[in-house]
Amino acid sequence: MRKEWDVIVVGGGPAGLAAALACSERGIPQENIVILERDRQLGGILQQCIHHGFGLHLFGEELTGPEYAQRFIDRVQDSSIVCKTDTMVLEITNQREVVAVNAQDGLMVLSGKAIILAMGCRERTRGALNIPGTRPAGVYTAGCAQRLVNMEGYMPGKEIVILGSGDIGLIMARRLTWEGAKVKLVCELMPYSSGLTRNIVQCLEDNDIPLRFEHTVVQIHGKSRVEGVTIARVDGDRKPIPSTFEYIPCDTLLLSVGLLPENELTEAAGIQMDSRTKGAMVDQHRQCSVEGIFACGNVLHVHDLVDNVSMEAQTAGIAAADYIMQDRKPEGITVSVQNGSGVSYTVPQRIVPGDEDVDIYLRTRGVFKPATLTIQAGDKTLLQKKKSVMTPGEMEKVTLPAEKLQDIAGTITVSVIGG
Amino acid sequence: MQYDVVIIGAGVSGAAIARELSRYQLAIAVVEKGSDVASGASKANSAIVHAGYDCDPGTFMARFNVQGNAMMASLCAELQVPYKPIGSMVLAFSPEDEVHLEKLYQQGIQNGVPDMSIQTGDWAREREPHLSPEVQSVLWAPSAAITCPYELTIALCENAAVNGVSILTDFEVRSLQRDKDAWQISAADGRKISASWVINAAGVYADCINALAGGAPFTICPRKGEYMLLDRKEGTVVSTVIFQPPTAMGKGVLVSPTVDGNVFAGPTALDMQDREDTSTTQSGMDALTRCARLSVPDLHLYNVITSFSGIRAVLKEKHDFLIERSGTVENFVNVAGICSPGLSSAPAIALYVRDLLRDGGLPLRERPDFSPHREHTKPFRHMNRKEKAEAIAHNPLYGRIICRCETVTEAEIVAAIHSPVPARSIDAIKRRTRAGMGRCQGGFCSPRVMEILARETGMDLQEVTKFGKGSWMVCGKIKEDGRNGEDQTHA
Repeated sequence: MRKEWDVIVVGGGPAGLAAALACSERGIPQENIVILERDRQLGGILQQCIHHGFGLHLFGEELTGPEYAQRFIDRVQDSSIVCKTDTMVLEITNQREVVAVNAQDGLMVLSGKAIILAMGCRERTRGALNIPGTRPAGVYTAGCAQRLVNMEGYMPGKEIVILGSGDIGLIMARRLTWEGAKVKLVCELMPYSSGLTRNIVQCLEDNDIPLRFEHTVVQIHGKSRVEGVTIARVDGDRKPIPSTFEYIPCDTLLLSVGLLPENELTEAAGIQMDSRTKGAMVDQHRQCSVEGIFACGNVLHVHDLVDNVSMEAQTAGIAAADYIMQDRKPEGITVSVQNGSGVSYTVPQRIVPGDEDVDIYLRTRGVFKPATLTIQAGDKTLLQKKKSVMTPGEMEKVTLPAEKLQDIAGTITVSVIGG
Repeated sequence: MQYDVVIIGAGVSGAAIARELSRYQLAIAVVEKGSDVASGASKANSAIVHAGYDCDPGTFMARFNVQGNAMMASLCAELQVPYKPIGSMVLAFSPEDEVHLEKLYQQGIQNGVPDMSIQTGDWAREREPHLSPEVQSVLWAPSAAITCPYELTIALCENAAVNGVSILTDFEVRSLQRDKDAWQISAADGRKISASWVINAAGVYADCINALAGGAPFTICPRKGEYMLLDRKEGTVVSTVIFQPPTAMGKGVLVSPTVDGNVFAGPTALDMQDREDTSTTQSGMDALTRCARLSVPDLHLYNVITSFSGIRAVLKEKHDFLIERSGTVENFVNVAGICSPGLSSAPAIALYVRDLLRDGGLPLRERPDFSPHREHTKPFRHMNRKEKAEAIAHNPLYGRIICRCETVTEAEIVAAIHSPVPARSIDAIKRRTRAGMGRCQGGFCSPRVMEILARETGMDLQEVTKFGKGSWMVCGKIKEDGRNGEDQTHA
C-alpha cells in the first residue's frame, strides 16, 4: 500500500463517496484519492436502510438506501479512486497522517495533502440515558435492530416498545410491523418529534401505532430477556410524573433517542469541536481548525436527509481539491456565526468572506409556527426569512449573498422567533 | 464423574481456590450456576484491591485483605491481568471525619497495612486537582490498587483449566448427599458428579448450598450496590481511589479510575430480599450523583456510558467472612459471606482453604507440570504500531476491527470463543475482549459478534444469547417475502 496520497477520505458512506467524487471532478487525479471504509462494503448505513424516500432532492426520484448508495458506488468503482473496505482507521494526526489496519495490508501509515473526515454518527444508548432497571437481552438501538432485520434477516423480538421518535425508530416501527411484530407504542420525551413528518404519517399513523408525546421509559423489567417496561408522562422539566406510571409488557425495547457524530478520531487529532453539533468547527468550505482537514456529513452534524449529506460532501470535496491545487492563501478576516435565540446550532460556525454566496444550515430549538429567521450583524439586519413552520426535526437552510458579507467585522447572529 | 474436590461457585473466591488447588495432584471441578464464570458479584464490584485499614482488627477480613493485597501484584503478573497500584485516599470533610481517619489509621497499623499516612487537603489536591476544596485531610494508603475483577476470575479459571480443573457451567446444584465417603452432587439439568470434598463458594447462595448439605445454618443477606461508569473522556479526573468516610453499610461511595481508563462512581448500599435483583434505580443513581460530587464536584455525569449493580453476599451473623470446615457435616468447607474486601482477599483465602483441606486429611502432592502462567496475548488496543503490524502479519484476523469503540479485533473474539474457559455468549465475549463495552455499548458490533459466535460454534443465530438461558437475542427469521403478506395492509 503506498504511503503518499493527495486526498484520504475516512469513511465510505454517502459523505465519503460524494466527497471523493467531487475531488476527482475538481481535478485531483483519481488514483491519488483513497477511501478507507470500516465496513465490508461501501455505502455506509444506507445499505441497511431498505425503505424508499432517498434522493428526492438530488435525483428527483424516491430511491431505497442501497439504490441511492449504488449510484455513487458505481461512479467510484468506474473510476480509478482507490477503495479499501474492511479497513479501520485507528488514528489521525494533525500532521495529516492516517494510521489504518486491515487484514490484507496490515498496518498502514498514510499521509495525505488533504484529509476528508466522513465517519458518520452512532446512536445514543441506554447508558447515555441512564434508564433504570434490569439489564436483560432485548434492549436494542433502532439502528442495531435495523441491521439485524435488513442485513442478517432476523427478528429482534415480537412485542416491541420504541423510545424516541427519531427517524430510524419510526422506520423500524413500520418495518417490524410488516414483519409480523406488534409495535405497541412509541414514546417521545419531547412535545414534538425529532423525526420527519412524513415518517410519522407513513410509519406510525398508517399502521395504527400510537405515538405518546411527553412520555418516557422509567424502568426496564425482566431478568434474562425484556419482559416489560414502565412508561410515564413527564412534566415541564422532563421529570416523570409518578401517578402516570404504566407497565407495558413487551420483549423488546428499541431506542431511537438521537444520533451523535462519531468524532473520537477528530478530537484525538486536536481539531476544535463544537459542543452543540458534537462535530468539528468548520468554515463554509467545511475546513476544520487544522488546515487541510475537512469534514462533511453526519460526522459534522446529524442530517435528516441524505441528499443534504451528499451536497455537503461535494462542498468539502471541492474545497479539499482547491486547497491542494491552489495553495489557498491564508485566511484573512473570518466572521463567526453565533446562535441567537431559538437556534440550537449552525453550520458553518465561521465564514471566510469571498466571492460566493454562503449557505447556512441550522436547527431550531423548539417548534415555531409560523417562524421568522433573522441574520444580524450588530444592529444591522442582513436577511430575514419567514416560513409557516420550523421544527428541530427538519434542518433549515438559508443562503447569505456574498455582498451581504462584505465589511462585516466579527460576528453575525442567526435567530428564529415565532410569528 | 468422581472428583477429589468440587468447588461450588466460579466467582473470584471459587476460582482462586480452584487455581491454588490445581498445583496438586487432585481431580477438581468447579460448578457454576451461570452460563459463564464470574457471573455474580465478581462481575460487578468496585475492582479495588483494598489496603486493609477498614476491617476490624483480628477478623478474617483484616487478615486476608492485607495478606491478599500483598499477593495480588505477582498473581496478576502471572495471570496477565491488569493491576495498577494507584493508592487510595479516604477524605475527611469535618473534624468528626478526621477523628474517623485517625481510627482507620490506627486500625490499619494493627492490621499491618504498610506506608499509610494522614495528609492535608492541600497535599491531596496537589495530587488530585479535581478534589473538593472542602476536603480537610485524607488518609493516604499507597498499597491500595485496582484490577479487573471479572478478568481476574476468568484468568484464574483459565489457568486452573489448563492445569486440569474441569469448569462446569450451567450447573445449578440441586442436591448434595453425603453417602459413605463421597458427596453426590446433582444439577438441575440432571447431571451428577461426586466428590470427596465440597467447597461452598456460592456467593449470595452460600447459605442455601450449606442448607442442602445439612450444615449448621447461617444467613446471607444480599446487599445491592449500584455503579455508574463514565466514558474515557472523564478518565483523567482522578488518578487514585477516592473514598468517602465509611458508613454502617460499607465503605461509602467512591470515585475511582478503572484499569481500562474509564472512571466510575459507586457503590450505593441497599439491603435486598431478592438475591438476583441487579436492577438499577433512579434513586440509586441520584444518590450516586450527589455523593460522587461531594468528592469530585466537577465530575461530568453526562458522560455516563452505562450503569449497573452488583449484589454483595453479607453474612448476617457477624461482620466477617465465614471460612471454615463444617463442624456438622464431613468434608465440607464453607467460604461464605465474601463481601468486600473479597476480591482483595481471594488469593489469601485460597491459601487458607488449601490448609483447611490439608489439615482435614486431603493429601496434597504437587504436580510436576503445574504452570502458574496464563497464556494471554496482549490486547490489540495496547499494542504499539510495530506489534500491531506483526500481529496482523501473523494472523490477518487482527486486521479486522469488530468493536470500534474499544478496538477489538476478530482475532481476539475468535480466541475468546476457543479459550480454555470458552466464551459462549455475547456477554462472555464482552468480558474477555471488551467488545461492546465502549461508548456505543455494542450498537455497532453486537450483530457482528453474534455472527462470529454462531460461525465459530456452529450455532444458529437464534441460539445465541446475551448471557445464557432465556437471554435470546433474536426470535426467528424474517418472512421470506415480508412485504407481500397480509401484514402489510394490517392497519
